[in-house]
Amino acid sequence: MDASLKDRIAVIGVGTTRYGSFPELDEYGLAASAFRDALGECGIEKTLIDGLLVCRIPYYARMGEVLGLEPRWTMTLPAHGRMSGIGIIEAATALAAGYCTYAALLYANIGRSRRVNYGGEENPGVWDPWGFTSPGAAHALMFRRHMELYGTTTRQLAEVSVAIRHHATLNPGAVMRTPITIEDHEASRFIAEPLRLLDYCLINDGAVCLILTTAERARDCAQPLVLLSGFGAQETFRGSSIPNFDIDFWYDAVRAAGEQAYGMAGVDHTDIDALMCYDNFSPTVLFSLEGLGFCPRGEAGRFVEGGTLRLGGLLPVNTDGGHLSNSYMQGWALNVEAVRQLRGGCGARQVPDCEVVQYVQATPCTRSIIYTRGGGGSGDGI
Amino acid sequence: MAYNKPLPKIDALNRPFWEAAREGRLVVQTCGKCGDVHMPPTPVCPACLSDGQEWRAASGRGTLESWITFHRAYWDGFKDELPYNVCLVRLEEGPLLVSNLVGPAERAKAGAAVRAMFRRVTEEVTLPVFELIA
Repeated sequence: MDASLKDRIAVIGVGTTRYGSFPELDEYGLAASAFRDALGECGIEKTLIDGLLVCRIPYYARMGEVLGLEPRWTMTLPAHGRMSGIGIIEAATALAAGYCTYAALLYANIGRSRRVNYGGEENPGVWDPWGFTSPGAAHALMFRRHMELYGTTTRQLAEVSVAIRHHATLNPGAVMRTPITIEDHEASRFIAEPLRLLDYCLINDGAVCLILTTAERARDCAQPLVLLSGFGAQETFRGSSIPNFDIDFWYDAVRAAGEQAYGMAGVDHTDIDALMCYDNFSPTVLFSLEGLGFCPRGEAGRFVEGGTLRLGGLLPVNTDGGHLSNSYMQGWALNVEAVRQLRGGCGARQVPDCEVVQYVQATPCTRSIIYTRGGGGSGDGI
Repeated sequence: MAYNKPLPKIDALNRPFWEAAREGRLVVQTCGKCGDVHMPPTPVCPACLSDGQEWRAASGRGTLESWITFHRAYWDGFKDELPYNVCLVRLEEGPLLVSNLVGPAERAKAGAAVRAMFRRVTEEVTLPVFELIA
């Protein structure tokens, strides 16, 4: 990545709706609520917003109409989780290139109240005749392979769900707030064995907004400065006839994206105070830890044992409760949590002295973003 | 009773695969120009972009890369079969196939040798499935 983009772009406003089931609302209403909150906290006039990115929202122009925006940069992204990392990096480059000066990034998901199902779709997939369907089954196929190659166990996998649920219990806005244990995980029902119900993310309604601008403009905004210090990207399209699957756990892609992001930000994995890790299914967290170098390849199961990923542990992961227990905002809410942690206002779930937070999505479009606290923190690049 | 599981969408690209399966043969798409073997079939060779794609006989032998057991039926037609096994097989010729592992999964192991069998499900469709070689 172009190192000159380091610390050039800042997140100045974030907004999240309540999470749950809101059949009376639609994507536009949810997104508008998140936008209003994000705009309110950064303290800028709405008329300054001249960039609009929408994801999982049916029609960008209707979104602009609803919000009363006439941007000069617009982008629309489909309803895939991997689009959050893509969208934030694209917006950052658009801002750096001067296509816009203040960009609002909006994501809305109405999948709970509209009863969206994952798996068993009407339009037959290539492998449906054999009964193979759903993103969860693809991750089960990967995790079984990880068990076979490296001896990883489901009790080790449980550490991921248990730690992330613990964080949700500290987040008043999280959907699932009842603590769970490794035994609860082991007793939960199989969906696609070896994965159980507690390895699966939630499906809920909600919306997220991030407002980005250049670092110079951000210094005049109301919130503590949070900078995009590094980002990286690598796709893995081979084998895409099996959706959401990679036989090598996206290891090479995560490593490549991580190295780009670390190199650009001038940090390494030992500098990371908290990791926001795309957790559509719990095994993705293990794959991400290996790819980023938090542990050697194949050793993520042992690495996470004993509460490594919990607040107070070696590497707090998904301090808001992630997709597994907070909200299924497909990566967008994890990026918001990165910002909130760096600002320091997270209450019971606050990571002490939080200066560098990494986001990673191990998917066919792997992305990683490193956020740092600007203005005096060790990661501000000055 | 009518077959009520999903059936393949047979089209110009994959028809040779399904016609061969009906005859109890496994075939894989192979580039006539560079020899790249790929499944499921593609309109051009992913390696050299050549149009000239051919179908060649596969040995039917492969190795088990992974397997899972479905405990949830995403289609009504699978309800009576729960739990059922799905496997990922790497054919000797190179490509990966998703299929069903016949019989209980207790003896399954990554790297185990498997061979193709053929399960006729309708007049038109026979599914290649795999069994562990003892």
